[in-house]
Amino acid sequence: MSPIENVSRRRFLTGGVIAAGALVLGVRYYHKLLLGDKLPLDTNADHATLHPSVYLGIDPDGTVWIVASRSEMGTTSRTTLPLVVADELDADWKRVKIEQALGDSRYGDQNTDGSHSIRSFYDAMREAGATARLMLIQAAAQQWGVPAAECQTDLHVVVHRATNHRAGYGELARAAAKLPVPKREELKLKPKSAWRYIGKGEVSYDLEALVTGKAIYGMDARVGGMVYASVEHPPVLGGKVKSYDDQEALKVAGVRQTVPIDPFQQAPAFQPLGGIAVIADNTWAAFQGRKKLNISWDNGPNETYNSDTYKNELRATSHNPCKVVRNIGDADAVFAKGGKIHEADYYVPLLAHASMEPMVALAEFKDGKATLWAPTQNPQAVQDIVSKELGISKQDVICHVTLLGGGFGRKSKPDYVAEAAVLSKKVGRPVKVVWTREDDIKFDYYNAVASMYMKAALGVDGKPTAWLQRSVFPPIPSIFDVNAVYGDPSHLQQGWTDIPYDLPNLRIENGPAKAHVRIGWLRSVANIYHAFAIQCFTDELAHAAGRDPLDYLLDLIGDPRTIDFKGVEYPNYGASLDAYPWETGRLRRVTEMVAEKSGWGKRKHGKGTGVGIAAHRSFLTYVATVVEVEVNDQGEVRIPRVDTVLDAGLVVNPEATRAQFEGAAVFGASIVRSGEITATKGAIDQSNFQDYPVARINEVPYQTNVYIVESDAPPAGVGEPGVPPFVAAFCNAIFAATGKRVRDLPITKLGLS
Amino acid sequence: MIQLKVNRVEQSFGSEPEMPLLWYLRDVLGLTGSKFGCGIGLCGACTVHVNGQATRSCVTAMRDAAGKEVTTIEGLDKNGLHPVQKAWMQINVPQCGYCQVGQIMQAAALLNSKKKPTDHEIDEAMSGNICRCGTYQRIRAAIKAAAGEMT
Repeated sequence: MSPIENVSRRRFLTGGVIAAGALVLGVRYYHKLLLGDKLPLDTNADHATLHPSVYLGIDPDGTVWIVASRSEMGTTSRTTLPLVVADELDADWKRVKIEQALGDSRYGDQNTDGSHSIRSFYDAMREAGATARLMLIQAAAQQWGVPAAECQTDLHVVVHRATNHRAGYGELARAAAKLPVPKREELKLKPKSAWRYIGKGEVSYDLEALVTGKAIYGMDARVGGMVYASVEHPPVLGGKVKSYDDQEALKVAGVRQTVPIDPFQQAPAFQPLGGIAVIADNTWAAFQGRKKLNISWDNGPNETYNSDTYKNELRATSHNPCKVVRNIGDADAVFAKGGKIHEADYYVPLLAHASMEPMVALAEFKDGKATLWAPTQNPQAVQDIVSKELGISKQDVICHVTLLGGGFGRKSKPDYVAEAAVLSKKVGRPVKVVWTREDDIKFDYYNAVASMYMKAALGVDGKPTAWLQRSVFPPIPSIFDVNAVYGDPSHLQQGWTDIPYDLPNLRIENGPAKAHVRIGWLRSVANIYHAFAIQCFTDELAHAAGRDPLDYLLDLIGDPRTIDFKGVEYPNYGASLDAYPWETGRLRRVTEMVAEKSGWGKRKHGKGTGVGIAAHRSFLTYVATVVEVEVNDQGEVRIPRVDTVLDAGLVVNPEATRAQFEGAAVFGASIVRSGEITATKGAIDQSNFQDYPVARINEVPYQTNVYIVESDAPPAGVGEPGVPPFVAAFCNAIFAATGKRVRDLPITKLGLS
Repeated sequence: MIQLKVNRVEQSFGSEPEMPLLWYLRDVLGLTGSKFGCGIGLCGACTVHVNGQATRSCVTAMRDAAGKEVTTIEGLDKNGLHPVQKAWMQINVPQCGYCQVGQIMQAAALLNSKKKPTDHEIDEAMSGNICRCGTYQRIRAAIKAAAGEMT
């Protein structure tokens, strides 16, 4: 697997514009290309009488099949995208059946990451619905001998008012199927005033299944004759089995055999980690057998990795000149003049995803084909890695996508699915690999540990006359190329090169850091540590200048303008800057709104209480958050209230969006309170929820108020953007309540209790 | 041979008495509603009722389930939806949903013992159940809504 190929591949997958372009082709032409072709494993939509798009089919009984090609991990995209199709189709939502797509490039990009499901697929979903609606109208017009232009649709019916004709979609399906698929230019999208579902939203299509235990996650997948596997991985990344003794393991009732898995080659990417698998008749027997393995490891070069010394190295790097990634004016010349200089170091440790469903996958290798059932965010990456691991073609890898018990970016990396596939081939029967929570915590693709050095010179008015920021973190490309040490543009853009302040002298730098564990995407990714540093440093400067943090923040954001990225490599989350310019006016607006909604400066805060504010744009969405905290004499921190305002452009499903921002506050609370993964001699120290605690009901915001800005701007992300401003605002609130500045996360290091 | 009742049906189990009830329910009986989250009783995803008490099935050995009545989400309500499940739908609690079965079983047990739990009592009862998506605010609201329904 070529590292370069993978890095560029990743860029392609996050490049929404390219992906959406390819996908539009898929919608328009796939039908024609495949006429007469039997698909290997097709959908009900494919088989439906009227099938103008890979996403849609209509049967004579009026059933509308809509294919969800993106993975469902709790963001409700499996419901929200089909809702867009249904709206343009004027379909009755009660007669819609959603089916989950297999991994298949005909759907375009399926990597459900980067908060771009709606953004990248909104247009394609509308076109799919509008295409079918036009064909139904044309079929009705032919039958009635009236001009198509005089016909219109109502809920699930075509009507011709003048003649009082009326026909249901089901009865028109056969006739419509005989018509040519209209060209894109012929489509007429519904005006906003006629939208049924867009902007109003719907609860999850799976809601009842979710509360009755009937929903099927990866953990629940079963096929006849399957066996269960649990894998002892090398404790240090890149380690290998020197020798092993499985005699005691094989004595455990229910254990069938042990199987070695080869270590990964070169860079880990999405390859299995290697180790020894215990195959058993049930999950518990596999776990028990594994405990009895006696393995001697060759830990390899990462054995030298210790988090304490590594932190010092990152910090030392950040205190010296690094690679300049953006420059305006001459910050050094201003610093050289002396005056009021403020400096600070910020640090965020490695973070684990800890989705409630640990990694799990079921694989059946049979007759040269691999069939997978997996909770994956990226079924096409499953096809890639499984085809490489098994030496079969990508077309012979069938990946069923189950519901995901959380993902947060971890399940975009299908190492665990590849593991199941490799084992099924070796064992000769279906194998379900179940990771324990300990495996999940110890063998994650962690959010990068990061050290940020911040320096500002303050003028007489207290505003910065020069600003320097350096970040140092092991970059995500290191999983594809072990020599990658610098931040890449797609992660430096995340709240770092796009600092929204109107500064006369600004220098942004990034320093090198070698990875010793797998680094990966975690909900909002580099925005977490970048927004933490910038938004908390802003709060520090406000206090240094004796200013109100809100007023100061608004001053730095300045007058509304569009950020000019000339000379800066700024991918803009794969979207064009024409469609999605970086508009500081929108950040200003959400900041002003959150101040108003939270009663900033108007509510009294007594001893041990305080509020903090932060504003941030990520995944093309503008968010401002105010967090209120209460710290008692025992140092216990409570969060009575959070107010957050977001401008995500057009919001298709407001209810699901509110839920995402409520959840982001909880996710951020975990990061601030207790999120920390460390390593000793290359092995991860934490193992389960006792030493990697995540926030519980009594530790999260009691009330999170989410306000959505009404906007006609194109849709942006909602899954991730709530996390970064929450983290910073929470830390700023802790300072307001206690006078203690949070620079090192998590706050267990702050000595509050 | 271990005898027990699962969702009002008599069952017998002749294999490893140390096997946790969770894996018996999931792998042997195929009742996959109860979830595996941590394996050591820290997250609550595996919560079932044993003789009416909310119990972490991942740390309950089969030998300790002998003679007991076990209720899982599949048997929570004989007639379809329990008031707690209805409230969960009404408040639109779940995101990914993986932990929600355990949350619902825990909440149902809470409401069996406390008709109108206070915020503090909800914290006490529910703080053993982790939701990584962060639906806690809605869980609290749904428990209060269900409490209103059940009185």
